Amino acid sequence: MSEASLGVRACGAYLPRARIERATIATATAWARGRVATAAGHRSFCNWDEDSITMAVEAARSCLDGADRGRIGWVGLASTTPTFADRSNAGLAASALGLREQCATLDFGSTRRSGTGALIAALERPSEADDGLVMAADRRLARPGSPQEAAYGHGAACVLVGRGPGLIAERVAHVSLACDFVDQYRETGDVFDYSLEERWVRDEGYLAFLPNAIRLALERAAVTPARVTHFIAPTAARVSQSIARAAGLQEASVVADRFDACGDTGVPHPLLLLTECLERTSPGELILLTGFGQGADAILLRATEGVRSARRGAAEAAFANGVVDPDYLRFLSHCGVVEMDWGKRAERDARTAQTVAWRRHRDVTAFVGGRCRRCDTVQYPRTRACVNPECRAFDTQDEQPLADTGGLVKTYTEDWLAYTRDPPLVYGNVAFDGGGNIFTEFTDTRPGELEVGTRVRFVFRVKDVDAARGFRRYFWKATVAR
Amino acid sequence: MATGIRDKVAIIGMGCSRFGERWDCGADDLMLEAFAEAVADAGVERDRIEAAWLGVFYQEQSTSKSGLPLSMALRLPNVPVTRVENLCATGTEALRGAAYAVAAGAVDIALAMGVEKLKDTGFAGLPERTKGTFEDLWQPGFTPPGAFAQLAGAYAARHGHDMATLKRAMAHVSWKSHENAVRNPKAHLRNRIRIEQVLEAPMVAYPLGLYDCCGVSDGAACAIVTTPAIAASLGRRDMVTIKALQLAPSNGVELAHASWDGSHTITTPVAAQRAYREAGLSDPRRELDLIEVHDCFSITELVLMEDLGLSDAGRAVHDVLDGRYDRDGAIPCQPDGGLKCFGHPVGASGLRMAYEVYTQLLGRAGDRQVGAPSLGLTHNLGGIPNRNVASVSVLGLHRN
Repeated sequence: MSEASLGVRACGAYLPRARIERATIATATAWARGRVATAAGHRSFCNWDEDSITMAVEAARSCLDGADRGRIGWVGLASTTPTFADRSNAGLAASALGLREQCATLDFGSTRRSGTGALIAALERPSEADDGLVMAADRRLARPGSPQEAAYGHGAACVLVGRGPGLIAERVAHVSLACDFVDQYRETGDVFDYSLEERWVRDEGYLAFLPNAIRLALERAAVTPARVTHFIAPTAARVSQSIARAAGLQEASVVADRFDACGDTGVPHPLLLLTECLERTSPGELILLTGFGQGADAILLRATEGVRSARRGAAEAAFANGVVDPDYLRFLSHCGVVEMDWGKRAERDARTAQTVAWRRHRDVTAFVGGRCRRCDTVQYPRTRACVNPECRAFDTQDEQPLADTGGLVKTYTEDWLAYTRDPPLVYGNVAFDGGGNIFTEFTDTRPGELEVGTRVRFVFRVKDVDAARGFRRYFWKATVAR
Repeated sequence: MATGIRDKVAIIGMGCSRFGERWDCGADDLMLEAFAEAVADAGVERDRIEAAWLGVFYQEQSTSKSGLPLSMALRLPNVPVTRVENLCATGTEALRGAAYAVAAGAVDIALAMGVEKLKDTGFAGLPERTKGTFEDLWQPGFTPPGAFAQLAGAYAARHGHDMATLKRAMAHVSWKSHENAVRNPKAHLRNRIRIEQVLEAPMVAYPLGLYDCCGVSDGAACAIVTTPAIAASLGRRDMVTIKALQLAPSNGVELAHASWDGSHTITTPVAAQRAYREAGLSDPRRELDLIEVHDCFSITELVLMEDLGLSDAGRAVHDVLDGRYDRDGAIPCQPDGGLKCFGHPVGASGLRMAYEVYTQLLGRAGDRQVGAPSLGLTHNLGGIPNRNVASVSVLGLHRN
């Protein structure tokens, strides 16, 4: 390992389960657009209860699988679609992940380059023992019938940065270039991006800035372009090939864009591809990671011996585990682009008592229950009186994290009467492995999927949306362990 | 040593409004309708009532809080009125308050009133409300049918029944209640249905279809209670006395502890065993002549037959299909149509059940009279299987 010994400990990827075929979108919008060439593949999209924060948390959970979370002292969340403008999105994600309080939490955004930007920020921190957690997520919306509707996808990625030993890739060099080149934009408060002509963006944007940033980074590292094994570009592979040629990289080094599987996920996309790339990289190979948006980032990484023992297949599974939804209208509804009539039950006031939410934030956000010191009974929620009918002792419960505890379905229903934006509302009782029970909602679960005894795990999701006050609350939901 | 209230309290008058979509009535009208019948039945002046208990659940929908709605609707002479609420056991809770006051000797004559005006909400079904400021943060946004539907899958899994058989037994439960309600002029739903209709109905919350769910109704029911001695002094010879009145609320085990498997209720067996003990019953399967149980959903009634100790574990499916709980069966259940068809104005339901048992015990049920019963049971299950209040009362004929 080189003198720096600074780099990547682990990566994680997350894509929502739902996919829609581009052909489905093309067919549904053909009346307005005329006959257009049908793009192949499908794109990912969020369930109604997913957003940039929940996706970031899931990517981080994948990244931190088995890692020591107590070492994390810096958390960045990059997104152009953060849920909150005034409330730390990174802070909420850190809280959901149960990270320690002594932690810098920073939101990055306002450019698609903020994913690689946050990674550079993590790498440029002064020498210290703390690990840095870089999350990137985007849930970009597109107007029905627009090219972006088929091109975009929703997703998240996460990179854990630290100092050796235990790295899977070390930083070799990095560079950032800033230019106010407007290839697309969205003003604060607007919903959709406005995009400029693709050929101009390619010629004057990608082909101008990226080769330049790449050249500077490789010069800093004293590495010739031909030695780069994997080139991760923040755009479609056909443009990436041109960038590679312009920068002197081998065309074979261009990493597949995976737009066919999930679409262009925006901010997280380079990190998503990095996650997949590191799952099939050999020690010593050079990875050139780039970002684009009002300039360019280039980060050169070298895979270490540690990459051999890195987890394999998690990112690939994220790409492969989608389920195609044939229903274009449900896609629009889940994106919030159309508002269905949910009936009068949807009129229920979803006000959050913030005093309570704060008092119980460990229970709700980090999903921490209790374990009785006297009888060892696990229970949710943690209360001052043990629930075990044989014990019922007061003030005997220690914290018991439950987010990563799976369970089995004890009871369930598919409720067509209850209000949800993804009917039916599926809920029931889950018996935690190791004891305890929770009455819980299920998400990403279709009718007929559950049985008594089905194995489930828990995911962090939006629980309720309070439209009257512009607030949403989060909790953990069960989903089939697939 | 406490001895319970067996035979310490007599019911001398009961009334029940017609249940249904009473677009023409407010809660005060419904209370007056029930009270007029009860006070005529009791043969006492209104001003003999020394204390009253009012049970109403969704007060935010109709009456507002406190005991005032009853005091004002009946223009009571400023006697104490206590408003009680205990989920779907609210009506029975009102009766418990009045009965305990009489049993304690605090008053001679007391009134228990239950009322619910549900059809002013603007939509079908029960109103949506908060579950509690902390509970809202984590509990599912459940509906009653969805919460109770879960009994079915867990019950089938526990006892090895296939869902088709269980669904047929559940359909029989609803079919039977519709058959019974046809004979009840005060019932909300008085139409016959076919088993196939139940099985083919649209799904509400799997596996509950439309006909597995009870009606949402407006209504009121009330009881006037006193001591047996006063009842006798009023000329009552055969009278109905309270043999037992028991209540068992959850303590959180069903929500958080692994020991509950979700296929039954924990509270009902507790309340039932206490009630049988208080009433001095040793063999309720033989001693009970009729029962009115909380059939908010078909699966609830079926599971309750076991929780009340009237069917063996896992056997209720067969007992139901064999007609054991039909009006001509061994233990007629819901001869008035039950929550399913008489209707379910939440705060009134417990007292409506008592009304039916009282009416049957006195042989006044007319077309729907089930023989010459001497002992009947009422049961409520308030809340949902995950957190609930069970109440069990035993009423019987008392001969001076």
